[in-house]
Amino acid sequence: MGFLSRLFGSDNGKDSAQRAKNRLQIILINDRTDITPELLENLREEILNVIIKYVDIERSKIAIDFEKEQGATALVANIPILRIKRGGSIAMN
Amino acid sequence: MAARVIVTTSGKGGVGKTTSTANIAAALAKFGKKVVAIDADVGLRNLDVIMGLENRVVYNFIDVIEKTCKISQALVKDKRVPGLFLLPAAQTRTKDAVNPEQMIALCEELKPDFDFILLDCPAGIEGGFKNAAAGADEALVVTTPEIPAVRDADRIIGMLESMGKSPIRLIINRLRPNMVQDGDMLAKDDILDVLSIDLIGVVPEDENVIRSTNNGEPMTMSLDSPAAHAYLNIAERLLGRDVPLMDLESYAGRGFFSWIKKFFSGGSKKK
Ligand SMILES: Nc1ncnc2c1ncn2[C@@H]1O[C@H](COP(=O)(O)OP(=O)(O)OP(=O)(O)O)[C@@H](O)[C@H]1O
Ligand SMILES: [Mg+2]
Repeated sequence: MGFLSRLFGSDNGKDSAQRAKNRLQIILINDRTDITPELLENLREEILNVIIKYVDIERSKIAIDFEKEQGATALVANIPILRIKRGGSIAMN
Repeated sequence: MAARVIVTTSGKGGVGKTTSTANIAAALAKFGKKVVAIDADVGLRNLDVIMGLENRVVYNFIDVIEKTCKISQALVKDKRVPGLFLLPAAQTRTKDAVNPEQMIALCEELKPDFDFILLDCPAGIEGGFKNAAAGADEALVVTTPEIPAVRDADRIIGMLESMGKSPIRLIINRLRPNMVQDGDMLAKDDILDVLSIDLIGVVPEDENVIRSTNNGEPMTMSLDSPAAHAYLNIAERLLGRDVPLMDLESYAGRGFFSWIKKFFSGGSKKK
C-alpha cells in the first residue's frame, strides 16, 4: 500500500495482502476472546446504560472494541462526554 | 538415546503436514540422526506413500498397540537413507482404535532407540489430533499464507500451548515470493505478527513437491529444489544450528535455474 492509497485513504487501493492481514487480526481477536459481534453489542449496550446514569454522552461517537498489543487483549472504550449530570458521582474524560 | 518427540499439526487440512514430516524426517536422517516418522493419521494414511514405502508395509502401529506384533516388526526401514524408519498407520481402522495413553506408551517404548520421533498428525482438533499430540513434547505447526489456514493455526497453537507443548514453532508452506512482492499474498512477517509464535522455516511453492510424491522419494533425499533446501534448513534448525532464512525474494520473478545458480555460488552453508 503505497503513498497513493494512503493519500486517497480508500481500502480499495490497498493490496490484497494488507486486507488479508487486517481481516485476520479482527478474526483472531474474536476467536481468541470467544466474543461474537452480538456479544460485543450487548456488552456495549450495558456499559452505556450504566454510564448514562451519570453523564451525558455523545452516542454517535462511541467506540468500544478489543485491541491487541504484544499478546494481550484489552477492551478499549472511547466515550466522549457532553456533560456530567448533577449528582453524578464519577468524573470521566 | 532419548528421542525428541515432535508432532506436525495444522488445524486446516491439506496445508503440507505429511509433506513436511516426510522431508524433515529424511533430512534429519541425512544429517546422521536416527529417526522414526509415525503416521498418526489413522484411517487416512498417506505418509507411507509420500515416503515411497507403501509396498513394504506389513503391520501398523495399531497392531503394535493391540500386541498383534512387536514394534520391530511394524517398523519399516528406509533402505535409501541409513537411520530412517516409518511406523505406518492402519488404513482400515478409525481414530477410536487408539487413545492418548496408548500413544504416549508407544512413544516411550520407541524413545530409547531413536534421536527423533516425528508424528504426522491428522487435520482438525478432534480425537486424531489429541492422540498424536499426546505423545509429543514439541510441535511444528504448518500453515499456508491464507486466512483460513492461519486462523486454524491460531486455534491449534492455543490448544498445543494449553497441553504444555514446548517449543511450538511455525512452518509457512507454499509461499509464493512473487505474489508477496506484488502485495497479493500474506508475507512471513504478517503471519508472524498475528500469530506471535517462533518461525522455524518458510517453504516456497514448488512443483517438485508433486514430482517427489509421484516418485515416492522425499525431496530432501536427493533433489536440489527450493522446497528441498527449505526443509533441509528446517532440519538443521531443529538440530539447533543457526541457519539464515532463504532469500526467497531474490528467487521471485526469476527462473528457477538462475536462483539455483545463485544459491550454489552465493556461499550457501551446506555441509
Ligand atoms: N511447498 C509446496 N509446493 C507445492 N505443493 C505442495 C507444497 N506443499 C504441499 N503441497 C501439496 O499440497 C497437497 C497437500 O499436502 P499434504 O498431504 O502434505 O498436506 P497435509 O497437511 O498432510 O494434508 P491432510 O490434512 O489431508 O493430512 C499435496 O498435493 C502436496 O503435493
Ligand atoms: Mg497428511
